[in-house]
Amino acid sequence: MAATVEHVMVSSTPENSMSLKKALSAASPLTLRIIAECPVTKARACDLTLPHCTVNTPVFMPVGTQGTLKGITVDQLESLGCQICLGNTYHLGMRPGPDLIEKAKGLHGFMNWKRNLLTDSGGFQMVSLVELSEVTEEGVNFRSPYDGKEILLSPEKSISIQNSLGSDIMMQLDDVVSSTVKGPRVEEAMHRSIRWLDRCIAANKNPDKQNLFAIIQGGLDAELRKACLKEMTLRDVPGFAIGGLSGGEEKNDFWRMVTLSTDHLPREKPRYLMGVGYAVDLVVCVALGCDMFDCVFPTRTARFGSALVPWGSLQVKQKQYAKDFLPIDPDCNCPTCKRHSRAYLHALFKSDTAAMHHVTIHNIAYQLSLMRSVRQSIIEGRFPEFIRTFMKRMFPSPDDYPGWAVDALASVNVTLD
Amino acid sequence: MRTLFKLRRSTENLIPSTGMKLELSRVIQGGARLGVLQEIGRTRQHSLKVPGCLLYTHFGTVPHLTQDTLQTISTLPSVTQVTLSNIAEHQEVLEEFKEGFKKFAGLHNTVLYCSLHDPATRSPTGYATNKTVSVWGSGGRIELTASKFMVLLKTVKPDWYQSMADGETWPTNTSRKRIRKSVDRTLAYLDECLLVHQKSQDLDGVELFGVVEGGDVMEERERSARETAKRPVAGFCLDGLQTGSVDQALRTQLITSMTKELPEDKPRLLQGVGRPDEVLACVEAGVDLFEGFFPFQVTERGCALCFNYDISPDPERAGRAPQTVLELNEEERSAGGDKQPKGDLNCEDQTQMTSFEMNLKDKRYGDDFKPLVEGCGCYCCRNHQRAYLHHLLVTNELLAGVLLMIHNITHYQNFFGAVREALGADKMDLLKRRVLVESRNSD
Repeated sequence: MAATVEHVMVSSTPENSMSLKKALSAASPLTLRIIAECPVTKARACDLTLPHCTVNTPVFMPVGTQGTLKGITVDQLESLGCQICLGNTYHLGMRPGPDLIEKAKGLHGFMNWKRNLLTDSGGFQMVSLVELSEVTEEGVNFRSPYDGKEILLSPEKSISIQNSLGSDIMMQLDDVVSSTVKGPRVEEAMHRSIRWLDRCIAANKNPDKQNLFAIIQGGLDAELRKACLKEMTLRDVPGFAIGGLSGGEEKNDFWRMVTLSTDHLPREKPRYLMGVGYAVDLVVCVALGCDMFDCVFPTRTARFGSALVPWGSLQVKQKQYAKDFLPIDPDCNCPTCKRHSRAYLHALFKSDTAAMHHVTIHNIAYQLSLMRSVRQSIIEGRFPEFIRTFMKRMFPSPDDYPGWAVDALASVNVTLD
Repeated sequence: MRTLFKLRRSTENLIPSTGMKLELSRVIQGGARLGVLQEIGRTRQHSLKVPGCLLYTHFGTVPHLTQDTLQTISTLPSVTQVTLSNIAEHQEVLEEFKEGFKKFAGLHNTVLYCSLHDPATRSPTGYATNKTVSVWGSGGRIELTASKFMVLLKTVKPDWYQSMADGETWPTNTSRKRIRKSVDRTLAYLDECLLVHQKSQDLDGVELFGVVEGGDVMEERERSARETAKRPVAGFCLDGLQTGSVDQALRTQLITSMTKELPEDKPRLLQGVGRPDEVLACVEAGVDLFEGFFPFQVTERGCALCFNYDISPDPERAGRAPQTVLELNEEERSAGGDKQPKGDLNCEDQTQMTSFEMNLKDKRYGDDFKPLVEGCGCYCCRNHQRAYLHHLLVTNELLAGVLLMIHNITHYQNFFGAVREALGADKMDLLKRRVLVESRNSD
C-alpha cells in the first residue's frame, strides 16, 4: 500500500474534502505530510496520519510490551500526549494469544487504547532469546518458555497474529542477526529478510487498515545495506524501518548505517529507527533523517529509580537525594514533578511500587517533551541551535561530547563548539 | 500562642479543647451508631461519615496509585492514614524538611491520621517494654519511648494520631498477666503522651486518641476502657482485636464490654479489622471507624471485591432469585480445605482469599469480557474487562495492581455507604443477608 503525500487542495468544498478524505483513507491507511524540513541537517517534522489519529513526528513511541505500559493507565498515557505506542507480537502471541485478542476487538479493544499502536513482528526476540530459536527459510522455530511447545514463527504467522492484534503499523518478520555478528550470516539474513518481506506483504489481510513496514537489514556492511535498500524500496510499502542496529555495536558504525539508510530511503515515507531511545541518540538520529523511534529504556530504567533529565539522569534511590526537596526536574511539568520531590520519591521507593509509576510517568513525559521540542525547533528553522543547546546542557563540557555524535552531526553540517 | 483556653490541673480533670465532634443521627439499641464526625483536621473543615473507614496508605501513597489514578475514585474518605512503621525511619528527613508530613508527601486537602502500626502487616511480638514499643521499618526495628514517639509526631504534624500503645496481646494464649501489663503500660504511655501533647505548640489543634487494650479478657477490657475514658482524649482506638486474633463472636463481646465504659459522644476506631462480615458485626457492636487496609490485601492476592451490598428496593431485583452460594465458591474453598459458611473462613491467615472476592488469576476469566462488577462505575470497571485483568495478572504486569486497587477501594467504600444507608433505613438484616449469604452479583 503506498503512502500518500498530501498535496494542497485547490478547491476545498465540504463535499470535495470529504470525498477526497474518504478516497485517501480507502486507498491508504497512512498519510505523511511533511510540515518542515531542516535546511541544514536531514531532519524533518511531519504529520503522520494513521487510522486512529495523527502522529506528530519526530516521535518517540513508548513500549507497552504485553498490552500495557508498566503501571500506567491508558488515560495517563493519553494525558501525557502519547499518540502511538508499541505492543509486542511475540509476547502477546504467547499470552493471551491472537484468538482471544481478536475476540476482544483487537489490541486496541483489549487494552482500551484509542490512539495508534505499532506491533513489532516478534523477530527481535530471536536475537534476545537466541538459545530458544532456530532460523530456517520457513521461519523461526521457538521453544515456548511457558509450556515447552515448539512454535514456528513464519512471516505468514507473524502477520496473521498482527492482523488479529489490529495494529495501525505492523512490522515485517525479518531475519534478525545481532549487529556484532560478522560474516556470511549477515548477508544471508539480509536476503532472507527481503524474501520474507514479500511473504509478509502477500499475507496481510488488512492492507486498507493496517500499514506494513519493511525493515532494512544488512548489519554494519555498507554494501549489504545498500543492496537491501535498493531491493526493499522497490516494494510498495507505506514505511520503512532501519533495523539490525542498536544492539551493542560501536556507535561509530551505528550512525554511519543510519545515515546511509536515510540517504537511500524515499523522502515521502516515514523512517522508523528501531530500538533507539537515549536522548542523545534521538537528537542525532533526527538530524540524520529519522522520524520514529522506540525503546524500552526510559520505562525500564524508571523502575530502577532512574529519572531522565536534560542533564543526564538522576538516580532517585541514591542517598544524596534523601533530603533533596526539589522535584526531579524543576522545569518539568509532568504530574510527578508538579507534586513530588526527589526526597519523597527516594523514601517512597522503600514503601510502595507507586514510586516506580511516578518515575515512569516522568520519563515518558521527558521523552515526549524532548521530541516535541525537537519538532518545534525544526518547524521554526532553528534545529541546529537546538542541538547545540541540548548538547551543552547534557554534557558538563565539550570535551565530554561523545565522539560519534560530534562526527554524525558534522556529517549533516552541524558543528558543536 | 494558644488560642484555646484550657484548665491546667492534673491530667484527669482537664477539659478537652473543642475539636472533632461526633454528631449521631441514630443510635441503634445494642450498639450501632450512625452519624458524622465533624470538624476534623486542624482547619476543622473536614468531616467523615460514620460508620466509615480511613484511606489506607504506605507513606502517604495509596498502594499502587499516583494522584491521577487515585482521583478517579469519587468516594475517597477525607482522612488519610499513615503509620509510624513507614515513617519512623525517615525522621531525620522530616526534621530537615520542617513543614510536616502532609506537605512532604504532596497531600493536599486531607486530614492526616497517624497510627503506630501498619494494619496490613503483623509485627513481631515480644519487643514491648515498660518504656518502649517497637515499629518495623524497611531497615529493621526502631524502638520508641513515649518521648521519642512524641518528638516523631511533632515532626510528622498529623491532624490526629493514636497514643503510643502496647498491643502485643493478639496472639492466642497470651497470659492474663501479660494482658494486664499491656493495659497498664498503655495507660502510662497515654499519660506521658498527653503531658507532652498539652505542652506542645506544635500539636495545637491536633487530636489524640487513647488506645484501649485488654486482650481477650473482659475485665481488662473494661478496666482499660474505663481508665482511658477518664483522660482528655478525642476518641478511642480499640486495639488487640485484629483479624485472626479472636473469632467474631468473642470480638463482639469484647467490644460491647468496652463501649459500655466509653462516652457515647466520642468516636471509636477499631484497629486491624476489615473483612466485610467482621465490619458488619463490629458496627452493630458500636464501632464507628475502621482502617481501610482490606482492599489492599485483596489487591495483593490478585483478587477483586465482588460481594453484594445492594439493598435498594428495586422491583426488578425483587423478582430475581438471589444466586445461592455458588459451586464455584465451594471449589475455591475446598481447595483451602474449609467448608464453613461465608465469613468464618480461616481466621488464621489474613492473606487467604475470602468469599467476598473473585480470583482473577483463575482460568475461567481468561475470556470473560464483562467488567469486574456490573454497575460498579469505577475507572477499572468502566474501561476494562475481566479478561484483561486476568492477562495482566498472569503476565505479572504492574497495571493489575493499579486497576484492582481502584476497583477494590471503590467497592469497599460503596459497601460502607450501604452500611450507613442500611442503618438509616433499618435494613441491616437485609444488608447482612446480601453480604453474608448471597454470593457475587454476576457471573
